[in-house]
Amino acid sequence: MSPTAAIPARSSALARDNRRTRTLITPEGLALPITIASRGSRAAALVIDVMIVVFSLVIFYLVLLWVAGGLLDSTKISADGPPGGATEFLLVIFSLIGFATWYGYFLVQELGPRGATLGKRMVGIRIAARGSARLTPEAVIARNLLRDIEIFYPLVTLFTLLALSNAGEDIGPLGWVMTAWFVLFLLFPFFNRDRLRAGDIVAGTWVVERTRTALADALSTKGAAAAEGASELTGVRYSFGDAELAVYGEKELQTLERMLRDAQPEALKAVHDTICRKIGWQPGAGDERAFLEAFYAQLRARLEADMRFGKRKADKYS
Amino acid sequence: MKAPVISSWFGRGQVAAPPDIESAALRSDRFRLEREGDWRRLEDIVRRMEGGGLKRIADDDLIALPALYRTAASSLAVARETSLDAATLAYLEALVQRAWFQVYGPRQGFVRWLKDFLLGGWSRAVRALWLDICIALFVMVAGAIVGWLLVASDEAWFYRLFPAGAGETRVPGASREELLKTLATEDSAMGLSAFAAQLFSNNSAVCILAFALGFAFGIPSLMLLVHNLAMLGALLWLFDGQGLVVELAAWLSVHGTTELFGILLSGAAGLHIGRSMAFPGNLPVLEAAAAAGRRSAVVMVGVVIMMIIAALLEAFPRQLVDGADSRFVIGGTMLTFWLAYFFLYRPRPSGDATLPEAG
Repeated sequence: MSPTAAIPARSSALARDNRRTRTLITPEGLALPITIASRGSRAAALVIDVMIVVFSLVIFYLVLLWVAGGLLDSTKISADGPPGGATEFLLVIFSLIGFATWYGYFLVQELGPRGATLGKRMVGIRIAARGSARLTPEAVIARNLLRDIEIFYPLVTLFTLLALSNAGEDIGPLGWVMTAWFVLFLLFPFFNRDRLRAGDIVAGTWVVERTRTALADALSTKGAAAAEGASELTGVRYSFGDAELAVYGEKELQTLERMLRDAQPEALKAVHDTICRKIGWQPGAGDERAFLEAFYAQLRARLEADMRFGKRKADKYS
Repeated sequence: MKAPVISSWFGRGQVAAPPDIESAALRSDRFRLEREGDWRRLEDIVRRMEGGGLKRIADDDLIALPALYRTAASSLAVARETSLDAATLAYLEALVQRAWFQVYGPRQGFVRWLKDFLLGGWSRAVRALWLDICIALFVMVAGAIVGWLLVASDEAWFYRLFPAGAGETRVPGASREELLKTLATEDSAMGLSAFAAQLFSNNSAVCILAFALGFAFGIPSLMLLVHNLAMLGALLWLFDGQGLVVELAAWLSVHGTTELFGILLSGAAGLHIGRSMAFPGNLPVLEAAAAAGRRSAVVMVGVVIMMIIAALLEAFPRQLVDGADSRFVIGGTMLTFWLAYFFLYRPRPSGDATLPEAG
């Protein structure tokens, strides 16, 4: 596989990604690329979050029941009598904590420095203000209040209606109305470019992918790419002429960089062959890495020197 | 073009430059190796901020953050023009973006925000919605009148508005004694705090619904208001038939002045969003909706607080305090308090108030 052969496969993946890429202009006037989160990862994050909230509430409820059971036993009051002061207190605690958990879970975490709930963190996304504005508490509150009518209110109503109709009651067209409601909001992110749900529109937010890239080693300090570098195996210093370096552009250079970093020996061998044929060298064997490192460093030096004069060569065709 | 090496201004956090700068063959790689220390220090600060808030960050790191961020941003701008190292460009883009979220992220935590909110932010947001509040109030009054008139013209409407459960004594034809009994106080406070908590969850869910439905151009919010107030109108009509309307009003006023005010505000907040989407003015629809949504969200947090107060009032004073006069005093005091808080209490917005006033 040559660096050039690798490009078509990658460019289709790029085109797919480009539909989700937006540009953010920082207050310094710098354009930063950001990627809108995919709908699938957002749905996955929501499922994880809801499961965390529901399971912790259920566990909390069971513990409360257990405590309440102990209270009833110790006071010898039967469970169906009027609630005693302590059990009543537990009941109050439970309904207030249920409310606070439901809204607090999302609010507190999305207002934190990560801008994401646990579920969002797991799938690697976060919320941000649309455009280059600051994310405000008001926005986070608005988007979370709206989630209820988008998803949970219609779902709960639908389940209630289902239970009613199973019990033989006539629910009329209400079931269809609620289904339509649910589907309308569910499909909302499919009908706008930025994949916003209704809550995002009202809050002025969007959900973006969280980037985290480690700094790779500088290539030009190692092996044959370094200033006085020569092959460690043969001691040869590869050097290429202008005509030989003129065949490739930036795209091929960056493909070569990727291959040098990933370092698959067979792939390097294929690239080595391709480049040798292209520039008219006789491909040898055994010293591919040093050859490619030297070629990379000299091609980059040449292209970067041209850049300083405002001359850029995008790929081998230009 | 050489970006200032910020880390040299601060003793701590100075990262030794890699020893092999001289061995780098490329000018762009030397540029990178010279600044790498600053980038890594910025990355470290950002990682710690993402991990655990601001408390674990040393002061001089926090002071250095904006400068380090600008250094990284300028490095990125320079690297884009001079370097073809894709890995470094990708790293810098990700780093600057992460740092941007921290430098320009939500600066205040929830507690700080809550303080600002109680000391002026809330009443400012309510005043910004004055037109929507007027519309919602008009709709609510109209709903109550409609409810009364409907029931007065045909008693069947009463059952349609109040699907009567078994044992419900508040039905047309009920005697004066039966109706008075529903307004009586409880003997003890037993069970009332649980009742209060239930009321609170239920009422705030209704309010959040009224707000969120505003998304459909505000129409469902208004319908919800009409429906709720038509029920009130029907109830007033029923008690009026036995000459008990003053007693009912006193009974309702204890918590009603707070609860109905809260419902009014949530309906107005929903309407505000719907109205700004239908008539966005000079702004694009999305921006108008977002600005209105943020303003309304502030009001909604306040409505939840009002619902807590209303539930407490409903459970305790209303059930325990007897007599129309003392009930009116409690209700009237609450109404005066809310009106004063929203419309008379006008502290200056603090420096970083992010809430735009409605034009």
